Amino acid sequence: MSAAVATVGTTSLWDRIRTYSPPPRFLPLIVTIALFAGMFGAGSVRYENFGDPQVFLSLMINNAHLIVLAVGMTFVILTGGIDLSVGSVVAMSTMILAKTLQSGWSLPAAILAVLVIATLLGTVMGLLIHYFDIQPFIATLAGLFLARGVAYLISIESIPITNETFMKWAYEPLTLWSTYWIRWSVVVALVTVAVAAYVLAFTRFGRTVYAIGGNESSAMLMGLRVAVVKVGVYAVSGFCAGLGGLLFALNTPSGNSLHAVGMELDAIAAAVIGGILLSGGRGYVVGALVGVLVLGVIQTFITFDGTLTSWWTRIAIGVLLLVFVVIQRLMTRRQP
Amino acid sequence: MTDTLTPPPAAPAPERPEPTRPGVVSRFVGSTLLWPILALLLLLVVNVVATPSFLNVRIQDGHLYGNVIDIARNSAPVLLVALGMTLIIATRGIDLSVGAIAAIAGAVACTRLVGAADEGAVTTAIMACTWALAVCVLLGLWNGFLVSVLGIQPIIATLVLMVAGRGLAMLVTDGQITTVHNETFSDLATGYVLGLPIASLIAVGMVVAAAVLTRRTALGMLIEAVGINPEASRLAGVRARTIIWTVYVFGAFCAGLAGLIIAANTNSVNANSLGLWIELDAILAVVIGGTALTGGKFSLAGTLVGALFITTLARTIPNVGIPSEANYLFKAVVVVAVCLLQSPRARAALRVRRPAVSKGNPV
Repeated sequence: MSAAVATVGTTSLWDRIRTYSPPPRFLPLIVTIALFAGMFGAGSVRYENFGDPQVFLSLMINNAHLIVLAVGMTFVILTGGIDLSVGSVVAMSTMILAKTLQSGWSLPAAILAVLVIATLLGTVMGLLIHYFDIQPFIATLAGLFLARGVAYLISIESIPITNETFMKWAYEPLTLWSTYWIRWSVVVALVTVAVAAYVLAFTRFGRTVYAIGGNESSAMLMGLRVAVVKVGVYAVSGFCAGLGGLLFALNTPSGNSLHAVGMELDAIAAAVIGGILLSGGRGYVVGALVGVLVLGVIQTFITFDGTLTSWWTRIAIGVLLLVFVVIQRLMTRRQP
Repeated sequence: MTDTLTPPPAAPAPERPEPTRPGVVSRFVGSTLLWPILALLLLLVVNVVATPSFLNVRIQDGHLYGNVIDIARNSAPVLLVALGMTLIIATRGIDLSVGAIAAIAGAVACTRLVGAADEGAVTTAIMACTWALAVCVLLGLWNGFLVSVLGIQPIIATLVLMVAGRGLAMLVTDGQITTVHNETFSDLATGYVLGLPIASLIAVGMVVAAAVLTRRTALGMLIEAVGINPEASRLAGVRARTIIWTVYVFGAFCAGLAGLIIAANTNSVNANSLGLWIELDAILAVVIGGTALTGGKFSLAGTLVGALFITTLARTIPNVGIPSEANYLFKAVVVVAVCLLQSPRARAALRVRRPAVSKGNPV
């Protein structure tokens, strides 16, 4: 894999690379990693300081919440579903956290409340989807409206978060080496990715997720616990959205019902760019992580350039999405 | 009270589905259209209980004025978008990019108006709208190309434009909130013909045209055939590709019209907020109207009722004294309720619960 990324060298190396074919299932992931490396490399060449490791670390810090969201989205998409509610759940979570802290709850209680409510919402959507045959798109659309509505009901105005422990988590830098540092949010995000990768690869739950995405009827006939897993992925996505909301609040310490409008699109885009097929059954959670990083690099590019305006970010993400969707389409067409 | 007409109010609201009825009623009478209409009537009753004068319509300055007329006028953009969405969903597709397309239409029209030599002229307005709609048709062609030629899942194919579209609209307006001054253009949203708002005349006109086209010709059946099974319909001699392409172009065109009306309503365009989430409202309207996302059948009359329902709901909530922010909560409840009512599984829930497996995922 690393050999495929470093595409420079002699003809013999080229021959080896040409004849080497990684398992097709890793191909989308490799393409995405190559793209990320390429973009980061191009940025380092073009702009001063772009290659600084801290730029990469900041990328992680700024997108920690999105990484967690994309992990939850990966579970759902792998079963062939979709979760449109995550952006609204992030807003609702920041709102619940801010409101409960404001009314004097202890921090652990507030965090627990956020995670429980978000997971419950996800579970309810999963129940609707599995037991009442409501399409995931519509059920999670209802979740989107519901979560945003709850956020608005709590307060229309922004509520600041002033809890001291929370602010300490938010701003305390974790020094990695010399002057390079990250924040706690990155640690949480990476742990989430690791746990998710483990669950998907090595547990019965994870294998059932892939089986449902491959063919739900077959999974059912094989005697897999389709109902539990199908409801479970939405619960996981809800939990991740709640956790994402907490991380979002670490970056922007306030509860606001207008937070994270359209963030579900970023999460879906990250998953798609990360090589997770929307039809389900194929993809890796690491892909979602790299997908988020690619989105982050685009943003960094535009910040560094200075002459490009912010809306170019949207256009660039759209173009990237297009390229990846077309590549995926061509690849799935080749494999029957 | 002499100028308060009590009989006409009944006429505009409940009989609105009338135009599309002849072809549709025989097919969709019964559960699919019954529930949405009952829900709409229920909302109207709630309004009348809260404000007894809710249904009153006055004549003022030669126009009809009143809540019902307002609802009809405000529902025009959602209705237009939902109309296109209905046909797209009937082919088992979905178009997420309509909000972005509406924003682009508004952006193009407003920048053309501002850039024109004579900003207030009638021809300027017509030219600006034509340009905007032409761009929308192009965008529809693009969506249709991705879906029908490249065979990309509709949800992801249109996601591309949904993500990039607002960026494009910002590019057109240069990130500014463009304000325009053109009587003809703002008449699109606030003008009246024969006492009726132009916006709703356009929207209902489009619905009637679509209904005649799909139900009086074979087109509607072909669209449904493609939705049931694209491959089988192709083998049966239906030009599935052309039909899918056409509905996306039509959807984009309708979204463009909606964008023009929204922009005309405020005489300005804000590329970030114009038509934000209108795709979700439109999908909601379609679902309320009884068109399943699995494709294969559609009800234009149902969509009309659905769009009216959503607008009436937005009007009802402040009217009965609930803060308007609760609108989202009610929408969520409505989505779930409608889906449960239409779900055969929920109806059969009292019987043996046997987990049937749905075939694949349409969206």
